[in-house]
Amino acid sequence: MLAAAGLTMRFGGLTAVADLSFEARAGEITAVIGPNGAGKTTVFNCITGFYKPSEGRIALTHPNGARFALDRMQGHRIASRARVARTFQNIRLFAGMTVLENLLVAQHNALMGASGFSLLAVLGTGRYRAAEAQGREKARHWLDRIGLIDRADAPAGELPYGAQRRLEVARAMCIDPVMLCLDEPAAGLNPRETDVLNNLLLGIRDDGCSLLLIEHDMGVVMRISDHIVVLDHGKKIADGSPAEIRADPAVIAAYLGEGDEDGVAA
Amino acid sequence: MITGRMTGALRDAGLSALIALGLFAPLIGLLTENGEHGLGLRGRPFAVAVVVVLVFLGRLIMLSRAPRTVAARAEGPGLAMRRAGRALAPALLVFALLLPLGGSRYYVDLATLVLTYIMLGWGLNVVVGLAGLLDLGYVAFYAVGAYSYALLAEAFGLGFWTCLPLAGIMAAFAGILLGFPVLRLRGDYLAIVTLAFGEIIRIVLINWVSLTHGPSGITGIPRPTLFGLAFSMDGGAGTFAGFFDIEPETIQRVTFLYYVILALALVTNWFTLRLRRTPLGRAWEALREDETACRSLGINVTNTKLTAFAIGAMFGGFAGAFFATRQAFISPESFTFIESATVLAIVVLGGLGSQLGVALAAIVMVGGLELLRSFLSFLAENLGSDLFAGIANELPLYRMLVFGLALVVVMVLRPRGMVSTRVPTVTLGPA
Repeated sequence: MLAAAGLTMRFGGLTAVADLSFEARAGEITAVIGPNGAGKTTVFNCITGFYKPSEGRIALTHPNGARFALDRMQGHRIASRARVARTFQNIRLFAGMTVLENLLVAQHNALMGASGFSLLAVLGTGRYRAAEAQGREKARHWLDRIGLIDRADAPAGELPYGAQRRLEVARAMCIDPVMLCLDEPAAGLNPRETDVLNNLLLGIRDDGCSLLLIEHDMGVVMRISDHIVVLDHGKKIADGSPAEIRADPAVIAAYLGEGDEDGVAA
Repeated sequence: MITGRMTGALRDAGLSALIALGLFAPLIGLLTENGEHGLGLRGRPFAVAVVVVLVFLGRLIMLSRAPRTVAARAEGPGLAMRRAGRALAPALLVFALLLPLGGSRYYVDLATLVLTYIMLGWGLNVVVGLAGLLDLGYVAFYAVGAYSYALLAEAFGLGFWTCLPLAGIMAAFAGILLGFPVLRLRGDYLAIVTLAFGEIIRIVLINWVSLTHGPSGITGIPRPTLFGLAFSMDGGAGTFAGFFDIEPETIQRVTFLYYVILALALVTNWFTLRLRRTPLGRAWEALREDETACRSLGINVTNTKLTAFAIGAMFGGFAGAFFATRQAFISPESFTFIESATVLAIVVLGGLGSQLGVALAAIVMVGGLELLRSFLSFLAENLGSDLFAGIANELPLYRMLVFGLALVVVMVLRPRGMVSTRVPTVTLGPA
């Protein structure tokens, strides 16, 4: 699905990611973990086109066999063509717009095409109206799934924190991604909200979308991941199933810490 | 307890009066006069005393009112207010349609000016209000539109209606031209570059004498026609008056120009309101909220910004072409920074993104300023009493002061503009 080979990212003299190679398989949840400053978000930004990697290749293969070199694509094309969606560590919703509008903005490219670059929409042709109704239906589907159907017309910025997190996931899913990258989706959530989020993410995986996940909450990582990549100081120190990672001495030494209760125990 | 509040209020009011004394003693209390030995000073202690007492009492009244809580302020307009607001736009439209029937040239001219600014405000609203791109050089597109029409008319003898779309297209190109270098800039940096762009256009107009006639401007710009009928004073066969067999009068042309700008402004409004509900319009608003998130959703930020600049500029160009045909004379003097600032103030004061707010702000800022001037002149003429004669004669001089004060008051009471409610572009219909 997604394969990074020899990925290196340097900022001036600082090497944030050094010669990293890993693979995220189709239909799985792959977690990237590591201590603060290990380079996780940098890897994400390289994959989603916010940074251009200094060296290395990132290749994405769609289920239909189409291949994309993400390291050479423009930022917005990675979302529109390669269909890689992402969320952000600090929630980035369109706070002044309503929940529904947030989900429709995510369908921008599909609606732009149907509206003749908005010209037909200004004239109010039936073709655009049909497309917009379809877009609303997709939004309704996701609002149902994240339990926000009653708040559809409320400004996104007024939602509680947990709901904003879920909305950001739903918004990313509205671009019909083949791969969804989540940057600490469980940060700041209470245990109940975390459970809801876990189920949402597992549901998305079962629908056939692959997930790449950065997470500090080991409970979430161990429960939902199929595969874990561990980074430390920009290098990969381990790579395997949750059970293997839990037993890996290098990981315990570098990251989980010995006898760390809320870590391995979960 | 109550007496404690009273003393506090008295002390506060006294302090205000003291500040007023310091401020107005030189402003009002001293009058320069041409005396026998050159310029002399005359004191007006009584006028100062009146103003200071007014400030003292005003402050007392303000303090005696129950303090408004922050919550009450955040609540916004009540239901009655909102209902009145919904009726306001149609009422304004009817008023605008019927206004020339009054037959007063002064008011039709004033309304034409107001409508020009409303149109500019609506155009700039696309860039600043919707897309969130702070543009301090909007007057550049106004100038490009005006000069496009003037030069095309001069060189090729084209009429207003042929040139109007061309002026819009030229201005849109200017918008894209400005857009390219500023794509990566945000906020303050963007504002500075757009400010510079406005100045560059003006200075080019001044110095490119062979094309634009430089500072002396372009004269004899043709007036628009009504389906080929001119509004000239000779009353011949090909003119409006001749065709309808009536006496040619200036008011006919003035009224026609008024309806032209009214139609242009309404088209701008209709187009913008429709555009806001399209994917492009929503992408603009999303861009204003968060550019990074837009990019992560596959929105081509570059194109989206450029279309905002181009469409905003296009409306500026239309308004410019109208300005040229109305004045029949343009020079670079008409396109100074103060115009950009006025239009931006209209947009901010009205409420970013609100069409009705922009219209209200333009009426208040342009029409209100002019009406204030004539009202103060009227007061000055009719306040015969000796007591105020001195002040009354100077009243028209205070209009900018009153005006500035009004702006501050609006911004204090309604920091997000006169109309700050945002209507969603789409709602979730029944399942």
